[in-house]
Amino acid sequence: MTAGKRSGRETFWMVLTGITGVLILIGLYMSLMWAPTAANLPTVNEQLAQRIFYFHVSAGWVGYVAFGVTAAASVLYLIKRQRRFDNIAVSSAEIGVVFTAANLVSGSIWARPTWNTWWTWDDPRLTLAAIVLMVYIAYLMLRNAIDDPERKARLASIYGIVGFISVPLSFVSVRIWRTIHPAVIGTASETSQGGFDMSGNMVIVLLFSIFTFSLLYFVLLHYRLCLEDQRVELEEYKMAALAEA
Amino acid sequence: MIAIEKLIKAFGLKPVLRGIDLHVPAGQSVALFGPNGAGKTTLIRIIVGLSKHTSGSVKLGGQEVQRAGHGLRRHIGFVGHNPLVYDSLTAEENLIFFGRLYEVQDLPQRIDEVLERVGLYQRRKDLVRTFSRGMVQRLAIARAILHDPPILMLDEPDTGLDQQAADMLRGLLLEIGASDRTVLLTTHNLERGIEWADRALILNGGKIRYDSPTTDMTGAGFRVVYTDVLAESAQRTREVAR
Amino acid sequence: MSFLRKVMAIVWKDVRAELRTKDILSSMLVFSFLTVLIFQFAFDLRTSVVNLVLPGVLWIAITFAGVLGLNRSFILEQDRGSMEGLLMAPMDRSAIYFGKLIGNLLFIFVMELVLLPLMTVMFNVSLLAPAILLVVFLGTIGYAAVGTLFAALSINTRAREVMLPVLLFPVMVPVFVAGVQATGRLLDGDTLADIARWVQLLAAYDGIFIAAAMILFDYVVEE
Repeated sequence: MTAGKRSGRETFWMVLTGITGVLILIGLYMSLMWAPTAANLPTVNEQLAQRIFYFHVSAGWVGYVAFGVTAAASVLYLIKRQRRFDNIAVSSAEIGVVFTAANLVSGSIWARPTWNTWWTWDDPRLTLAAIVLMVYIAYLMLRNAIDDPERKARLASIYGIVGFISVPLSFVSVRIWRTIHPAVIGTASETSQGGFDMSGNMVIVLLFSIFTFSLLYFVLLHYRLCLEDQRVELEEYKMAALAEA
Repeated sequence: MIAIEKLIKAFGLKPVLRGIDLHVPAGQSVALFGPNGAGKTTLIRIIVGLSKHTSGSVKLGGQEVQRAGHGLRRHIGFVGHNPLVYDSLTAEENLIFFGRLYEVQDLPQRIDEVLERVGLYQRRKDLVRTFSRGMVQRLAIARAILHDPPILMLDEPDTGLDQQAADMLRGLLLEIGASDRTVLLTTHNLERGIEWADRALILNGGKIRYDSPTTDMTGAGFRVVYTDVLAESAQRTREVAR
Repeated sequence: MSFLRKVMAIVWKDVRAELRTKDILSSMLVFSFLTVLIFQFAFDLRTSVVNLVLPGVLWIAITFAGVLGLNRSFILEQDRGSMEGLLMAPMDRSAIYFGKLIGNLLFIFVMELVLLPLMTVMFNVSLLAPAILLVVFLGTIGYAAVGTLFAALSINTRAREVMLPVLLFPVMVPVFVAGVQATGRLLDGDTLADIARWVQLLAAYDGIFIAAAMILFDYVVEE
């Protein structure tokens, strides 16, 4: 057991977790208090709701990054056949699902005061997020329906790749759809209804928020991977015990 | 023809084959015996390329099975637990289909020849669905020898055969045994296996436990090992159950 | 050349068996017709709204009925273990994919050739225009391309029949959106040039996923 090295790595992740926690608190302060109010929004409700934007965009960003990581890890798994890559793929997909769901819920909360509706199919980004969420829920369901670990990893990798390829095509399809279709509620995008001008400080807060969320993603991915490693190890002990019999 | 070295196969961490070394020269017929779960089917599936091994090497005619192109598969004929024929097609149509996949020359004549050989010529226009188990097995054998493969892998080909079909298979195997084909077959029927083959192997617990030419079977060695192996296997089954 | 001959041998085998049993075609036809009927009852498709709803009904019928055929294509091979026979044949395994894809396409096209005239008569709209046929043709290819790959994948799962639509539908959103939108606009009197973007999207989808499936199919069937 390389105790020194291992504890060094553990210290690194503990420090990083702590830093992420502090950054989240700073981020909350920045987005809720420090960031300037979007002056051109007509009502106070809309101005307050606009502050969810920092959270909403960052969560969406992490979702897509996570799914990109899943696709890359899936390709690597099919080439290298190392369990590690499949662990990364599934861990990242789970985190991606959580953040994409957070993106949808926060979008919905923001939409209520701004567009006067919880949900609109007229916004291509919202629609796309819903489709992508379904792709990765299907990915997790597929994994759940296969027992053999090797087969699970292999088939899930295939779906992880095909699913990721479909995302830009889905985006193009909802984009074309909503730019040529007469909008039913309000207008097609948030830049016209509930849109606002980004001042310099807003950009800073947004970038800070995206950075913090990305850091959170890596920390979560690390812990999820540790969990997966332990689960695999446990499974191996079980199999070894069975083989012994 | 078949060269297997240090072959290990594990499903997950459960080892099924624990280091097999086996060389079968061209033209030899080998009978593989062993209790259920000994790894016979796994071994055959690895040789025909249906399953991937964990480590070691498996070569057919000098070519590594897992790395060779699909051309190597043309040299193998296989009869497995599944008949690999289609219910909704006639016997003849089944062979037309596989003949096309294997690019068999002069296919119509070859099909007649093979059907004649397994005694299904009269029923060639009938749907496989109407066949008895024995007839399906005959067709499965016809399918396996259709492309005249130099290597034949037969996994319990005598299962489900009636006496007449078993006689047909016996004649066929003796004929093949006399030719320069390489045959590996598994069976639970000791007498038949020994009669058909030049060499007998006993596989148990993922290892070869007995290996000797069938001409040298007069000694009690073979039967003693086989009885031991069966007892061990029964013992293990009881332990697992407990 | 020999690759193509083997692909066609697989198609011939599947078509031959299907012509005898008619399992796939009959179930797809009846199911697609039932789907249309259910929508008729649900929306009371009168002429005033029919153009709004009909494209959706058409594509839902194709999608739902198509799943039945896609599922059968590999379940039939797996249940009798005959997939092994295909895997052991001396050919690139993508030949199995293309054989099954072409077979599935043929069955779905036959279903559409019955469904389209039927809906044309039942709802008094012209679904048999060449432009609509082109859209249906391209959409069906993309649908079957991904569907055939996923059908091979889902037979290896526990809930195999149920798994296919769950896997397939989110990924085929572009086909569905493009199919419904393009069909609707053509019914509204637009020309093929007006919907060029949809046709391009469908063609791109077909090309991308046939290429992806060709590469990935090997990994699906290896064991």
